[in-house]
Amino acid sequence: MAYIELRNVSKSFGVGKNRTQVLSNINLEIEEGEFVAIVGFTGSGKTTLINLISGLMMPDEGEVLFKGKPVTGPSHERGVIFQNYSLLPWLNVGNNVGMAVKEAFKKMLRRDRNKRVKEYVDMVNLLPAINKLPKELSGGMRQRVSVTRALSMSPEVILMDEPLSALDALTRGNLQQEILKIWNKDKKTALLITNDVDEGILMADRIIPLKPGPKATLGPEYKINLERPRDKTALNHNEEYKKLRNGIIEYLIQIGEQRSSTKKNTYVLPNIKPRIKPMPFQRISFK
Amino acid sequence: MKDRSIHILNFVGLGFFEPAIRLVAGEEIKKNMVALFKKILLPILSVGLFLILWHSGARYLYNIEKNARIEKALVDQGEAASLEMRTCIESGDISCQPNTLPSPAQVWVAYKSLLADHRIISEKKSVFAEKVAATNEKRESQGLTAIKYTGRPSFVDQILTSLKTVFAGFLLALFIAVPIGIMLGLSNTLRSSVNWLIQIFKPVSPVVWLLLVFMIVKTLTKNSDSDSSFIISFISVGLCSMWATLVNTSMGVSSVEKDYINVAKVLQLSVGQKVFKIILPSSFPLIFTGLRITLSVAWMVLIAIELLAQSPGLGSFVWEEFQNGANDSNSKIIVAMFVIGIIGFLLDRIMLTIQKFVTFTEETT
Repeated sequence: MAYIELRNVSKSFGVGKNRTQVLSNINLEIEEGEFVAIVGFTGSGKTTLINLISGLMMPDEGEVLFKGKPVTGPSHERGVIFQNYSLLPWLNVGNNVGMAVKEAFKKMLRRDRNKRVKEYVDMVNLLPAINKLPKELSGGMRQRVSVTRALSMSPEVILMDEPLSALDALTRGNLQQEILKIWNKDKKTALLITNDVDEGILMADRIIPLKPGPKATLGPEYKINLERPRDKTALNHNEEYKKLRNGIIEYLIQIGEQRSSTKKNTYVLPNIKPRIKPMPFQRISFK
Repeated sequence: MKDRSIHILNFVGLGFFEPAIRLVAGEEIKKNMVALFKKILLPILSVGLFLILWHSGARYLYNIEKNARIEKALVDQGEAASLEMRTCIESGDISCQPNTLPSPAQVWVAYKSLLADHRIISEKKSVFAEKVAATNEKRESQGLTAIKYTGRPSFVDQILTSLKTVFAGFLLALFIAVPIGIMLGLSNTLRSSVNWLIQIFKPVSPVVWLLLVFMIVKTLTKNSDSDSSFIISFISVGLCSMWATLVNTSMGVSSVEKDYINVAKVLQLSVGQKVFKIILPSSFPLIFTGLRITLSVAWMVLIAIELLAQSPGLGSFVWEEFQNGANDSNSKIIVAMFVIGIIGFLLDRIMLTIQKFVTFTEETT
């Protein structure tokens, strides 16, 4: 039995005529300690998928199982790192993390809680900014706080919803390494949603493309057997990396074309010609 | 020191003094001179221009009134009377001055006379208090109420009374509107069920609110002989002004960003924690905007309500002066107008400062 399991999961939005099935018949199995990346186009239902696993949404059909039990709502066992950080703007860094720690460890003493907050903030090198408000931080720093907040609850699974897509390329690279470093420590199960194939290959054990929605389904999986720790620059010359990368990108382009070809509407023009007639003099009356 | 004072000034909404402070510190003379000109000298110039316009307008009205009087004397009583009227007006005798829009100078004189009046009255008060001190002590030991000064209130007393009324009304609005607004914001059912009532009561004019409150309070206080005019006016002020806070609070609470709600869900906060730790802080900016509107509306309707309810305060001061029709009544009304305006401005600044203290956004309006 897999650690996380999705069985024939479907999810639709809207009502009546406007109802569209975003995810259709998703089957996914993630083993404990595995790092899985799901790659897909924007708007293909990736966030919906993560919301279903985290328990923020319920599937219309099928079921989401976590450790063999169906998911009924959010839980501390599954930490979520949101795409847009979702830090509370009125709390400083320490309190944002502290709130999560307090919820996850209700019986912990205040002193121990504060220690834990400091420890986790230090893990992402933000200790000097612990008293700053989110608005005083850069995008990369905010996302690091968000990562820390999720990790400080010591979840068993980390769900990452395009955590790095709003960042610039350099910050992105740094944060990828940082997340990998943290992940390497205790090898928790991780699910990364991304639109960047390179990011997926760099970080994950397995990449699964998500076919674009509506009615998105998962494509064939790609196992990544590159040795860890992976170095980004060294990877560029690695033959296996190149093969994998090209394979996945080719597949994505192919399904992308399929989508655009299925969407194409052809209009049949009526076979008529305009009749040209000499204009008679017309009197315009306003009655 | 310099940076600190600039920060404080900006915080309380008096940022226009910043260039002056920077100039004193000798910082970027040229740039700050320009800023000083823009932020302080130009406003002063516009105030000056306003005073000149006011003065010439008052002059013009004065002349119309003056000529009409002379003309009237000529028509009614003949040549001699009209000449007498002209000399009387030009001599500046109070008894025959035309009554019209007062000039800035007259208003200034009236302002000073009001202050002098206040000094006289407060002196009278302290004399009175000394006189009755012994009697009051005796009365207190017998369980009787103390004798109070019941003379005419001075202008400053009226201001304080008005501030007291507006503050009481504001607190009433706060304690009614914020909790109800939160409840309405949290529950869609509740909101839609009282929506009609809110939409109907919101545009009702202050005068009607006053009459409504009067009907109720009059009946309720039938058996007590206490003065109900204060109660009536502050309740009416509260009821008139609470709508902005009510609507803003319920809107703020109901439109909390989905991301924050998701955070609450993922952290598995309880309902109470969700309300107090996520929903309320995130709707504070809107609640405070509502409270600021409420305070300014309260101050605005207060004058009208006091005027009608005959409760002491600036409103009744204005009305009494208008009825009084003394030579300097018009000037006193204008003084009251400026005082009302300036106090309204200060109240708004105070609210803005408090708002900046408790909310998280930087934006100010």
